[in-house]
Amino acid sequence: MTQAQLQETANIPALSEEPGIRKWQDYFGFNTDHKVIGIQYLVTTFIFYCIGGVMADLVRTELRTPEVDFVTPEVYNSLFTLHATIMIFLWIVPAGAGFANFLIPLMIGAKDMAFPRLNAVAFWMIPPAGLLLIASLVVGDAPDAGWTSYPPLSLVTGQVGEGIWIMSVLLLGTSSILGAINFLVTLLKMRIPGMGVHQMPLFCWAMFATSALTLVSTPVLAAGLILLAFDLIAGTTFFNPTGGGDPVVYQHMFWFYSHPAVYIMILPFFGAISEIIPVHSRKPIFGYKAIAYSSLAISFLGLIVWAHHMFTSGIPGWLRMFFMITTMIIAVPTGIKIFSWLATMWGGKIRLNTAMLFAIGFVGTFVIGGISGVMLAAVPFDIHVHDTYFVVAHLHYVLFGGSVLGIYAAIYHWFPKMTGRMVNEFWGKVHFALTIVGLNMTFLPMHKLGLMGMNRRIAQYDPKFTFLNEICTYGAYILAVSTFPFIINAIWSWLYGEKAGNNPWRALTLEWMTTSPPAIENFDQTPVLATGPYDYGLENANEGVPLSDPNPVLSAGPNSVLRADPDEPYPTIESELEKR
Amino acid sequence: MQSQTIDPAKTELNHHHTAEASVGHHEEHPDHRMFGLVVFLIAEGMIFMGLFGAYLAFRATLPAWPPAGTPELELLLPGVNTINLISSSFVMHNADTAIKKNDARGAQIWLAITAAMGAIFLVGQVYEYTHLEFGLTTNLFASAFYVLTGFHGLHVTIGVLAIVAVLWRSRLPGHYSNEKHFGIEAAEIYWHFVDVIWIILFGLLYLL
Repeated sequence: MTQAQLQETANIPALSEEPGIRKWQDYFGFNTDHKVIGIQYLVTTFIFYCIGGVMADLVRTELRTPEVDFVTPEVYNSLFTLHATIMIFLWIVPAGAGFANFLIPLMIGAKDMAFPRLNAVAFWMIPPAGLLLIASLVVGDAPDAGWTSYPPLSLVTGQVGEGIWIMSVLLLGTSSILGAINFLVTLLKMRIPGMGVHQMPLFCWAMFATSALTLVSTPVLAAGLILLAFDLIAGTTFFNPTGGGDPVVYQHMFWFYSHPAVYIMILPFFGAISEIIPVHSRKPIFGYKAIAYSSLAISFLGLIVWAHHMFTSGIPGWLRMFFMITTMIIAVPTGIKIFSWLATMWGGKIRLNTAMLFAIGFVGTFVIGGISGVMLAAVPFDIHVHDTYFVVAHLHYVLFGGSVLGIYAAIYHWFPKMTGRMVNEFWGKVHFALTIVGLNMTFLPMHKLGLMGMNRRIAQYDPKFTFLNEICTYGAYILAVSTFPFIINAIWSWLYGEKAGNNPWRALTLEWMTTSPPAIENFDQTPVLATGPYDYGLENANEGVPLSDPNPVLSAGPNSVLRADPDEPYPTIESELEKR
Repeated sequence: MQSQTIDPAKTELNHHHTAEASVGHHEEHPDHRMFGLVVFLIAEGMIFMGLFGAYLAFRATLPAWPPAGTPELELLLPGVNTINLISSSFVMHNADTAIKKNDARGAQIWLAITAAMGAIFLVGQVYEYTHLEFGLTTNLFASAFYVLTGFHGLHVTIGVLAIVAVLWRSRLPGHYSNEKHFGIEAAEIYWHFVDVIWIILFGLLYLL
């Protein structure tokens, strides 16, 4: 019996009624089912992604030529400000929450989140906040001080637009705090009996780290924004040097959230990739504990590196030194994850379907962004390229090459579970190819542009940068085109795709042990763990110690394989591979 | 080979076990509200930590603090108010103790006293505001003073409203008992939180 069969026979999904039937209207109203909310999150944020993407293409169209000829500089400033704000606060951060909402209760065998109504409230803060932000374009005074809204600039540009920006971000921050509370309580309190923290799927670990980070850092941004709002509306001078205030304090408060925010944006997808790679490599994940604990290490270190965004803001030298060192150290837990994924794939029977392709693309492009991040952590180099396109290239490799590819990988992987139908693999691969080409064409030349000295956030530039900018712009168009196969494929497959069955990937985590789409309360019976989350491809699966054993065999990764049976001579990894 | 997983016999066992376990699964949702509240208060505390951090940063970077020309803060009224607020935490705890002894009447009395003490604190704060010689935009210290104490005052107001709400609900016979008293306990924890924040705030603004 293979592990997948073992796990499936131990958990008989609900079959008494037609599984998971919901009316389409359920998705447009207040609903407390975590699966509905998860899909609401994903679809809403994807719409905002498209809006932010259109803005990006308008920005790139302006930058195709050195002159200001497409939009006015004021509109240009608003466009890049809104593009960044939407992509960060309305797409990547809430998309992670969307997957977490859908997956966490299924993965830990719970019926729903700990606080279903709070969950609905958290979601329903997002559409008004997003509409508010976009409405600022209509009032003709959109925010245009960059997504960082650094005072004193943000205090002297658009007054109304800046106020709207603060309101919108505060609302979105509240939403993610409420979400984080829900995830933390659910993960800590609602696992099935038998599932210790070391039997949790790695996505749950990643969401635990993410939520802890959100909980601690987001309120500080809220505090900063409250003070900024007072400066803007009530005439105080917290961040206004003319009244004795200190704009650098705003930067500290802003980056105390916004640096951890990059981990809030990437950790959920680290988690998703840790699920996808072992399933499609048919191998136990390498270094379960290392991946799990490195998430915690990243979220802790993420809290003490914020000032590396401020190397040129006039902070003391010793402070630069501290933040340079801590920033570089973050590369260690990140590297642990990358090598663990590579080791998982090594020698596996890799199925190159779309989800796996996106996962591999994620690992590759994220490494480029990670390495340029280590470069930027070095103070002398950062001072040289600060606020140039090198930074733009780095952050897009991390956020597009990392988070967005991670989102796509996760969508392709869990689409059968969410909708009950398979995606069309051919068009998925077309989508992947266009995305990878567009992504690298858009952002790779930006490294060179930055090293040559092209500033970010400018509408007009030296004609010597024209050629590379043209490449970037055409790449951005390819990226825009690449979303069409995805959108059409997703809608068509959702309606007419091949029926998926409960467990099309033969995966072992609990979300696959129920029907697709899952029934209203997920499981008819409390699920049991007949096998660990990543025990793929091991023989003699039906011999051994159950997880309910007082000293459970930690059921993940070669390390636990080696420790599994103390009486037998230790097998080596090679002998393991031979046996398979 | 090794024992990654479960042997069939035990799986079988587990299987039977599940049928029984499923009954428990569909029971009433376990109550995680208290834990959720504590997690929420961590987030609340971080907002205040952000404000305190900003205050300390201003204080550290400006050559004179409070900036020259800021009138002295009167200590008597806020001092009395502080004692009032700290004492109210103990009063609130009595309400919790009373309800755990199934003494709903006692709990009501203690809750009412706490709400009154909270209201006195707020009145005192408003009185102080109207008699201060500086306004919100006078200087950086004045702005920080009003924003920090005002934000705390907002939390006190919410706390008083929560206590009044609990008090209102406790009119129903048997609404709170020694087994069922989440509302009272939650209001109590929130009230202690508000109190602790005030102690830090008082130290920073008035004493430091």
